[in-house]
Formats: sequence, structure tokens, C-alpha cells
Amino acid sequence: MSKKKSIFQLLTEKPWETDQIEADNDHEGRTVNLTKQKLGLRTIMAASTVLFSLFIVAYSDRMLVSDWRNMPEPWLLWLNTGILIISSLVFHQTTKYAQKEIFDKTKNGLYFIGFLAYSFLIGQLIVWYQLMSTGYYATSNVANAFFYLFTTIHGLHIIGGIYFWGKTTSKFIKRSHKKEEINNLIDICAVYWHFLLVVWLVLFGLMLTS
Amino acid sequence: MSDEQDHKLEAKSDYVADASSVSSPDIDAVPAAELPDQELYHSHSWWTTYVFSQDAKYIGIQYALTAIGTGLLGLVLSWLMRIQLAFPGLGWLEPSSYYQFVTMHGMIMVVYLLTALFLGGFGNLLIPLMCGARDMAFPYVNMLSYWAFVVAVLVLLASFFVPGGPTGAGWTLYPPQAITAGTPGYNGGIILMLISLILFVAGFTMGGLNYIITVLQLRARGMTLMRMPLTIWGIFTATVLAMFAFPALLVGCLMMTLDSLLGTSFFMPAMVSLGEKLTHEGGSPILFQHLFWFFGHPEVYIVALPAFGIVSDLLSVHSRKTIFGYRMMVWAIVGIGALSFFVWAHHMYVSGMNPWFGFFFATTTLIIAVPTAIKVYNWILTLWRGNIQLSLPMLFSLGFIVTFLNGGLTGLFLGNVTVDVPLSDTYFVVAHFHMVMGIAPILVIFGAIYHWYPLITGRMMDETLGKIHFWITFLGSYAIYFPMHYQGFVGVPRRYFEIYDSPYIDTSTLLLNKFITIAVLIVGAAQLLFLYNLFASARLGKKSEKNPWKANSLEWQTPQMPPEHGNWGKELPKVYRWPYDFSVPGAKEDYIPQNQPPSEIIGAKVEKT
Repeated sequence: MSKKKSIFQLLTEKPWETDQIEADNDHEGRTVNLTKQKLGLRTIMAASTVLFSLFIVAYSDRMLVSDWRNMPEPWLLWLNTGILIISSLVFHQTTKYAQKEIFDKTKNGLYFIGFLAYSFLIGQLIVWYQLMSTGYYATSNVANAFFYLFTTIHGLHIIGGIYFWGKTTSKFIKRSHKKEEINNLIDICAVYWHFLLVVWLVLFGLMLTS
Repeated sequence: MSDEQDHKLEAKSDYVADASSVSSPDIDAVPAAELPDQELYHSHSWWTTYVFSQDAKYIGIQYALTAIGTGLLGLVLSWLMRIQLAFPGLGWLEPSSYYQFVTMHGMIMVVYLLTALFLGGFGNLLIPLMCGARDMAFPYVNMLSYWAFVVAVLVLLASFFVPGGPTGAGWTLYPPQAITAGTPGYNGGIILMLISLILFVAGFTMGGLNYIITVLQLRARGMTLMRMPLTIWGIFTATVLAMFAFPALLVGCLMMTLDSLLGTSFFMPAMVSLGEKLTHEGGSPILFQHLFWFFGHPEVYIVALPAFGIVSDLLSVHSRKTIFGYRMMVWAIVGIGALSFFVWAHHMYVSGMNPWFGFFFATTTLIIAVPTAIKVYNWILTLWRGNIQLSLPMLFSLGFIVTFLNGGLTGLFLGNVTVDVPLSDTYFVVAHFHMVMGIAPILVIFGAIYHWYPLITGRMMDETLGKIHFWITFLGSYAIYFPMHYQGFVGVPRRYFEIYDSPYIDTSTLLLNKFITIAVLIVGAAQLLFLYNLFASARLGKKSEKNPWKANSLEWQTPQMPPEHGNWGKELPKVYRWPYDFSVPGAKEDYIPQNQPPSEIIGAKVEKT
């Protein structure tokens, strides 16, 4: 990949011209200079973003109907948000340790991230329990239903993240793959963690302000 | 970096290579591969080779066979519906069965046949081969994608066997009626339908990830984006559309599942059903319509764009001519893809929307017709003064152009609010969408199967049987759908399970209904010929030579045909040109494969388009 081209430059190439033929024959076959896992993650994040955006559109539309009753935000949700922020920060630091090849610190970082992710999920379940025990069922108002739906979908994304975190961590500890490959995987998990944090902040902010 | 890179290609004229100025090895110089070769999964047992295969070629065939099998069920359902419509006095079907069959026929044909066959089937088969890759980027995920599709199909079929039967809500599944008593399958069938769709979306996302990454990152050296066959452009753009459109279906399905199972009120308004007030309140049925069509309209192009791409390649190969306006074709595919997200509400003109909203969508609908028309012109100009071979793929491609043009023109009528309102609930709409996204893509599928069959089996399909199949299918479809346009104009409503002689229905339409039904039965039966041809030719067909159509694209240039595991033997192909160099003046053959080095075709003068 010699130089980066915009989509418009790519689409206006004239593949039959001599100069272009020369340049094209040297083309290495990749469109962007990213590993396939990184580009794959971006594709998934794009599809996920569309999914959450459509949920938000549905939420905003449904909110306007008069039967909407706001739901209280338990203080535990703030704690869970904090956990998510911390795990993102830890992950950021861990990728740096992994780059510098500090094995122990990376390993501890990865374990701590897993612990935080599970704590977040358990925290969310406790919030569910609290809300249900005070009578905020999914059926009693659609605002509650949206809350349960959002937390479920976000939680499922987290569970997917935990699956790949598990695979990455076991590869890291067994040292079964090349360093670059494992660092690539750790980077990808970190980006996904940041993505899920942003998604949560947007969803939580939306539910707080409405 | 290798030393070879220092040797620069010295051809400086319109000639691919100027024989006088360079010695032949130099002009083939390509730098050594910088990217490591892909690691391949090698199967160890019968199960991992043929059942849980991770080879994209096998997965493509598995996808195609599963989709065709499901599609046959859709075909039989259409027979049953047509018999009911032609002979209402027989008492052939219950009203509820009729609606259930309509629903299942629609959903099966659009999602489980066309989408799965074009993207899952042809995508898996052709993307790695045409791009010059050994396999998909994530073979394991690819396998999961297929099996998620299988489970989705099984769940869908299971809905025939639950109490109440499959859902009869129409393929659009509009709430509140889809989950309210009185609609067939309102409490069992609809849930299985929604679960099946959710599984399908999950499976498709895994497959789509593979198609996108493979096209973007795993192409052979020298294969720039603008050297890709249009088939790949079509499948790639359709996959991107699907990745953005299917989430809307997923959101709609999830929320309706909750409405039905838990009793939430996302889409369900307060209503009285069978004299009782339901617990729902305040939900917005129109929100579902928006979500559904935000998926539903791109879905039309998810089916159409691969068909556009494939038909471009078939026309070019079988008329021995460069595709006319390659760049314009690519731009049209990308442009249609982008515009397809801005036209969805033209399916909802009669939902009571603001007139200005309808005006906006009528305008965008007319705009999207422009790139589509460009494609039709370019296909015709490709044929212009071409050396047209009336082979089976060519016949089906020609059939496609006429049918697509026909369906597209009626689309222009229906895209306008004032014309759509009276026609919306008539057979005119049925005729329109069957022409444009039923018959047209199916003709391309047949053409593509006849074209790529030798690549899969190493044998040719029978020409005579194929021609009989073509003419019955092509003329038969017109016998079915042309009368429906007329029925629509005289106001025969769609969705009615029986149409008797009455003051409101013209008597001529009753006779037409019988005529259409007979045509449906004949066309349907002709597909048995195709199936026989498909399966029998795998054993009995004439042995195909390598590259039987003399095509340029990479899938025909594999060392073995049919290509074996890993596709390319020891070394990946190198690409020196686009796949449309047919009938090049000065060349020995009338085609120059993409991977033929310039030194072998000295003197060939490539023309611009």
C-alpha cells in the first residue's frame, strides 16, 4: 500500500490507461493497511452502531406518546458506568504493557478487565432485580421495556466481548501465537471495550435526559 | 523488497506492451509478495469436508442447495394459492391457509431463497475465486453463518407444525394484526417466524463480515478495486447494504417478539380485540412499518445488485465484448446502494403520511431510477455489435433485461403517490414486484447456474433441456404477470382469498385467473426439468473443457477445474488487467485472461471504453 486513496480517487481510476496499468500491477491486493481482524471489528462496530441508532430512533419516536412514564435511575447504574469506564482505562494501559512486552503486568491487566466485565454484568442484573422488586416491570410502561431491552442488547455485546477476551487471554498466557498476532488481538479487544463504553454512555445519557 | 521492482514496465503507449523496446521477462515484473499467504484450514474427516465444511466453495454449494430446496416449497405454495384463486368454488383452501401460504411464499422467496442464494451461494462460491484468494477471511465464521441459516430455515419450517400453523400476517408482518387474535398463527407461527428472522440476520452478519473483508483485503496482487469483475462489485455492495439494513429488521423483530411474548407496547396501540380491551397501550404500529421498510427497500437492492453484477459479466462473456462503461457501471451500483436507503417510505404511501413526506420519497424514487436506467443502457450498448452467442446464460440474461425493464417501468408509475394510491391494493403491484424482483433475479440465477455449473462439477448442463426450460420459464412468466397488470387496472384487489363473479369484479378477470393458474402450473413444472438437468448433468453431462466460455475472470484460471481446496495450487495468481479484454485487436485469441502476463500477448491493442 503505497499511499492512501479516498474512495472517490479509487472509483475514478481508469484501469485501461498505461500509467494506471503500471501502478495497478504493483498493487499488493489489500485495500487498506489493516489486519483482517481489525477491519472485521470495524465492520461489526459499524453494523452495531446502526443497530443501536435504530433503537435510539425507535425510543425517541415512542417517547412522544402520552403514556410515557419516566423511570428512576438507581444509583447502582452510576457505579456500573464507573466500572465500565475503569475497565476501558485499564484496557488502554494494558495494550501499552503488551506493546512493551511486560508479561506480568499485561497478564494482570487482562485478568482485572475480565473481573470488571463480569462485575458490570452482575451489577446490571442487580439493577434489574431492584427495579423489578419495586414494580418497574417491562409491561408496566414502555420506558421500562426500553431500559430492559437496551441493557440486554448491550449486555449481549459485552458477553460477546468476554468470549473474545477469554480466547485472547488464553492465547496470551499459553504464548501459543506470535507476539504481533496476540498484540493485534489485544488491541482489537481494547477498541471493542471503548466502543461498548461509548454505546453505554450514549444509551445511559439518553435514558437520563428523558 | 526484491530486485524485480527495479524493472519498470516500459510500455508507454496504448499498447499493453511494446515489443520493440523491452525484452519479454521484464514487462511481467511484479514485486515479490509482501503479504504472507493465507493459512488454510485442512479438513480431516468426511464430516469436516462435506458437512461442517470451512471451504467457501462447499459452503456456497450448501447455501445454494438449501436455498433452492426452501424455494421449491415457496413454489409449491404459489401453486396452491393459484389453484384457489382460479377455482374459488372448489373450497380448495381455507381462508386462513391462503393467508398463511401468501405469507410464507413471500418471506421464503425474498429472504430464504433470493438473499441466501445470491449472497450466501454465489458470494461464497465466487468471491474467493474471482478475487484470487484461497478462501474467505474467516472460514470458521463462514461455516457458522451457513449453519445459522440452516437453523433459521428449520425454525421457519417448524412453524407449519405448531398449533395455529404459520403466521398469516403477510410477509410484511405488520403489527398490530400480526400478533392479534384473528390472524392465523398469531401466537405460535409469528413467534417462530420472528425467531427465524433473528437467526437469519445473525447468520447473515457472520457471512457478510466474510464477504466484505475478503473483497477488501484478500485480493490477488494486481487486483485493484477497479479491476474487479462487476459480479464482485454487485455482491460486495449488496453485502454492505445488508449489513446496514438487516439491523432494522432485527430491531423490529426483537421489539415485536417482546410485544407478543411479554405484553410490552412498543408497536401495540390500545385496542379492543374480540370485545375485550387488551393490556397494550400507546404503541406505534407505523414505527414498525418504518423499521420494516428501512430494511425492506434496501432488501430489494440486496437481491438486485448481485443480479446486476452477474448479468453484466454474463453479457460481456457471451457477447465477446468489453462491458460498456465499466466505471459508470460501478458508480451506478454504488449510487443505487446509497440511494436505496432514502426511498423506503414509497412502500407506505397509503399509511396516512404527510403529503410532503410522500412527495420527498416520490422524488428520491424517481432519482434512483436514473442509475438503474444507466445500467440498462449500458447492457444494451454492450450487446451492440457484439459477437452474440445465444448460449443459455445469454438467453437468460436477455430475458432479464426485458423483464427488468418491464418491471422497472411499472415501478415508475407506482413510485408516484397519486398513481400509487388507487393501484396500491390491486394486482398491478403484485405484477410489478414479481416482474422486477421475482422473475428478473431468478432469470439471472438460472443464467448464472448454467454459466458456472462447469466450474462446480466439471461438466456442462444439457443445452436442449436448458433451452426448453428457458422458453417455458420466460414466456410463461409473461403469461402469468402481463394479465395481472390488466387485472390491477380494472381494480381486482390483491390479498383476497377468493374472487367470485360480482358487480365489482369484471368477468374477464375470472377467465384470466384460470389462464394465469394454468400458466403457473406449467412454469412451475418446467422447473422440474431444470432440477433434473441440475442433478443429472453432474453425472451424465458432457465433460467440460477448462474455461469452456473462454472467460477472462480469475475463477476459470485455476490450475485444476473444478478448483480444489485452496483454489490456486502453489502460487497465488497475479493480475495484469481487468476481466473485460475480449476481442482485442492484435491478440491471438479473442480473450485475454486477467492473469496472462503482458509478455504473452505482445502486440495486442487494448481499447478504451
